[in-house]
Formats: sequence, C-alpha cells, structure tokens
Amino acid sequence: MSLTQAQRPALQAAVVPQKMRKAPTSRRIMTGLRVLGIIAVVFVLVAPLVWMLLASLKTSLDITNPARTFDFLPTLENYNNVINTQKFLPFILNSFIVAAGATTVALLVGVPAAYAIARFKVTNATAFLLLARVIPGVSLLVPWYYVFSQLGIVGSYGVLILTHIFVTMPLVVAILASFFEGMPLELEESAQVDGLTRIGSFARITLPLATPGIATAAILSFIFSWNNFLFALVLSNQETRTLPVAISNFTAYASVDWGGLMAASVLITVPVMMVALFAQKYVVAGLTAGATKG
Amino acid sequence: MTATTISPRKIKPTSPFWQWADRHMKWLFISPAVIFVIVLIAFPIGYTVYLSLTDAAGSINRPKDFVGLDNYVHWLTDFERFWPAVGRTAYFTTFAILIELILGLAIALMLRKPFKGQGFVRVLILLPLVATPVAVGMMWLLIFEPSIGFANEVMRWLGLSPQGWISSKEQALNTLIFVDVWQWTPMMVLILLAGLGALPEDPDEAARVDGANAWQRFRHITVPLLMPAIIAAVLLRAIDALKTFDILYTTKGRGGGSNNEVETLNILAYGESFEYSQYGSASALLILFFMLILIVLSLLALARKKGNRV
Repeated sequence: MSLTQAQRPALQAAVVPQKMRKAPTSRRIMTGLRVLGIIAVVFVLVAPLVWMLLASLKTSLDITNPARTFDFLPTLENYNNVINTQKFLPFILNSFIVAAGATTVALLVGVPAAYAIARFKVTNATAFLLLARVIPGVSLLVPWYYVFSQLGIVGSYGVLILTHIFVTMPLVVAILASFFEGMPLELEESAQVDGLTRIGSFARITLPLATPGIATAAILSFIFSWNNFLFALVLSNQETRTLPVAISNFTAYASVDWGGLMAASVLITVPVMMVALFAQKYVVAGLTAGATKG
Repeated sequence: MTATTISPRKIKPTSPFWQWADRHMKWLFISPAVIFVIVLIAFPIGYTVYLSLTDAAGSINRPKDFVGLDNYVHWLTDFERFWPAVGRTAYFTTFAILIELILGLAIALMLRKPFKGQGFVRVLILLPLVATPVAVGMMWLLIFEPSIGFANEVMRWLGLSPQGWISSKEQALNTLIFVDVWQWTPMMVLILLAGLGALPEDPDEAARVDGANAWQRFRHITVPLLMPAIIAAVLLRAIDALKTFDILYTTKGRGGGSNNEVETLNILAYGESFEYSQYGSASALLILFFMLILIVLSLLALARKKGNRV
C-alpha cells in the first residue's frame, strides 16, 4: 500500500516520536548557554584590558571620579607625561635591545642543540633543560649578582642579555626539539645520499624547512624576555633599566600617578599583544609545544 | 637523474675540518648549549649551595665564614616567617591551579566545537597570556583600588559593601589568586584544547550510542582520555605558580605587604637577598625552596606515570 504525497509528512510526524522534536529544544538551550558562556569568558578576559586603556586616556581627576567611568574627554596627556617627562623611550629601547639580543643568542645556541636532541636522542640534555625551567630565578640571581659584581659588570647590556638567555634558550630548545622530531628524516637522508654532508644537509635542507618552528621560537622568546621583570630588577642600572622595572618604580612615590602608570602599562603590553594578534598561530603552537605529547 | 638532484661530481671534496666537524656533529651542535647551562646554571647552583653554608652578608667583598648548616637550622626552626611563607606558597599554588583547571576545562569544552567567531575568541584568549605580568599587576591594582577602582564600583552597583581587596590584609592573597587565574587560565585552555583536539572520537560516539548522557560521557570518557594533557597542564602551571613573583611584588611591594600577607617563599628569598643582603641565609632558603619544588614536581610526575599506565 502506497501513501499519497499529502499523507507522508503527516505520518512521519506521527511515527517519528517526541524524541526528535524534543532534542532540538534542549540542544538550543545548550547552544544558548554555550554562547552566553563564551561571551562571559571574553568579557572577563578583555574588560580589564579595556579598563586599563580607558584609564590611560583620562585626566587624574577623571580617574578618581566613578561617574566618569565611561563618560570622559580622552586625553593623551598621560602618554605625553610618560614619554617626555618620565623619559620612557630609553627604557623601551633597553627592553628591545635585551629581548632582541637574548632571542638572537638563544636561537644561535638553541637551534643546533634542539636539532641534536631531536636527531641523536640526547635525553640528558632534555632533563637539563627541564631543570632550567624549574629553578627559581632568584636562586640564580644571588650567585650571578655575586660574580657579576666582582667583575664590575652589573648593569651592562651584556649581563642582562646573558641572564635573559636563561629564559629564552629553554623555550627555543623545547619548541624546536619537538619541531625537528616532527620533520621527516627521509629528506635529509636523500640529501646525504646525493652527496651532502650531515652538516650540509642540516644547513641546506632542514634549516630552511624549519622556518615556521624558528619563527615560533623567536616570537615566544622575545615575548618572554620582554616581559621578564626579576633579572633586570636586580641587574640593571639607571641607563639599562628595562620597561617592567621602570613601571614598577612608578609606585615607589607617595602618591601614585594612575594615569601615567596605566599609559606606561599600555605602552609595554601593546607591542606583545600586537605580536600575539598577528602571529597567533605561532604563539599557540609555541605555548603548547611539548606540553601535549607524552 | 632529474635536474634538481645534486650530482656527485658537483660536490667539492670536503676539507679535513668539515670532515671532522661532520663526524662530531652531535657534540658540536649540543656543546654551546651545554656550556651555557654549566656556566650560567650548574655553577651558580653549586655556588648557592656553598653560600648557604657560609655567613655571607652585607658587602659582596666581605670575607665569609663557614657556618655549616646553621642557616638551614635557622629557617626550619624560625617559625616566624618561614613556615607562614611555605603555607602561603602552597595555598596560592593549590587554589590558583585548581580554579584554573576547572575553568580551563569548562572553557576548553565550550570552545571545542567550531562556531562563528571561533578564531576571534581564540585570539582574545591569548591577550592575558602574553601581557607583561608587571603591567597586569598594575592594572589590577587600579581596578581593585578601594576608593577609585572599578571592582568597588561594581560592588556598589550590586548593592554590596566595598572591599579592601589587594590593600586588605585578609583579602590580598585571594585577590592575587584571582589575578593569577585571570592571566593563566588561558594557558590551561590552550593546552586542554590541544589535548581535546587529539582525542579519538570513537569512544565518545560509542558511549552516546549506548545511551550515556553528557555528564557521564564527560566524566568517564573525556576526562580519563584527557588525563595526560591535564597533568601536563597542571605540571607546567605548578612550576610557574610556585615561583610567582611579578604580580606579588608589584602589587604588594617588599616583604609581601606591611603584614607579610602575600609573602611567599620566592618573595621571602628575594627580600632576604636583595633587601637585607643576607646572602648566606637567603641561599639556604633558596635551596630549601628548590627542594620543595622538586618534591612537588616528582609527585606530579609520579601521578603522570600512573595516569599513563591506566
């Protein structure tokens, strides 16, 4: 017995029971909750940053006035104050020099080391690197300070770069060791069959192919060096002071210049956030490298 | 032979140096990093152990006397600041990580399936993570400022009484745990999302067919499968949380505030070294601190091994 066209949908609605009609409703509620949840998460993560930005654009009078939370006349006075009166430009430059230097050296030393660890399975070295992550920075600062003081080089760029390599190199090696491990051996082997030496095949085949991994390592080690506070707090001087130390000095005065403090905080976070925005894929890959496998 | 292959004739005979270098490539490649580690990490740790057995204090050039284990005895029996600092370090680390794990898991599950604007949300999640901790500390210091901060403004909107937050002796540590949670929950989310992405879908699907509800599938399928990623995330966060310094020092200053209310081991060791110049006793404290970290990590690593075997 066949059904007419008109009967078919009616029958389907009757036979296919409540289950199907019910499911979309509960799923819609779940989806609604999920959307609300995501909006809440985004709000909590971003709102403080927006608040910081707004405060940096307020006069000191507006900052202290709750009625002026959102309704105020934006001014760049705080930025002018930070850059021209507090002379922040040299600190920005210092942070840049130290981060760039520490990243460069970490890459020069770390890339070959990561390759050796990945290809020759040097497990002892991996343990050493883990150790570098675990050690509290303060416990190295005491002996460093002792030795560098006796050599009379505390406060130099060299010392700051050297100590920041402690932050950047383990990162570079960890990221690149897992990157090299993921690269196929066949390419190198065929290059060696074709007459390249092992070092030659590394330099001419592997290294160019590892560019994304190297970019990841470079970006993250720059960010971590840029953000580092502890080492420069002890080992920098008036001339080589980095941004985080300069900002922390803001609160040393009796009355805090909140507008200036927020402007300085915006100045230090904006560069790293721009990097994170444009290199999001690399940053995520770098931060989760090594954490997800085994 | 194709044009792209390098023909043997074109390869120049390599010099003895390169032949030597090629034979010892492994050591050549790894030794600069090893030398760096020895000079900048292993030697300083040895030196710290040595200093911890002396009465080094004050000027760097002052002669030091060997005092044996006196510094260690001093810390372990001086209940005044050492044990409270151990307690605060444990409290801060435990609760920060617990909250970060729960929130991180919830957020990772929310973000797991594709949705409109997923890429955008994942970028926003990175922002706290890369923000300079010193600036983050300053930002929250203003938000939690009792008279002009946004936090108390919200409290007033909600009809609640304003709080002291960071400036309050009782609330400071909890408020700073909140700041740590704000900054580092995204790290948990990233690692757990990567872990979720690598999970097989079959067990979940099979359980669904067998009639397991969402909570049962989460509890008995997703969490066990995700365990390695969870432990890795906790391990990674524990290492950093135990050593938290920047936000504590920038918001509360020396000694963890006037009542030492947020003085953790790291803050205590910093003060002892660079504010009081008690290098000898600070070194002993640092060794104790280091040992504590190693104990915590080996416990977590043990849990990880067990988790992998199950």
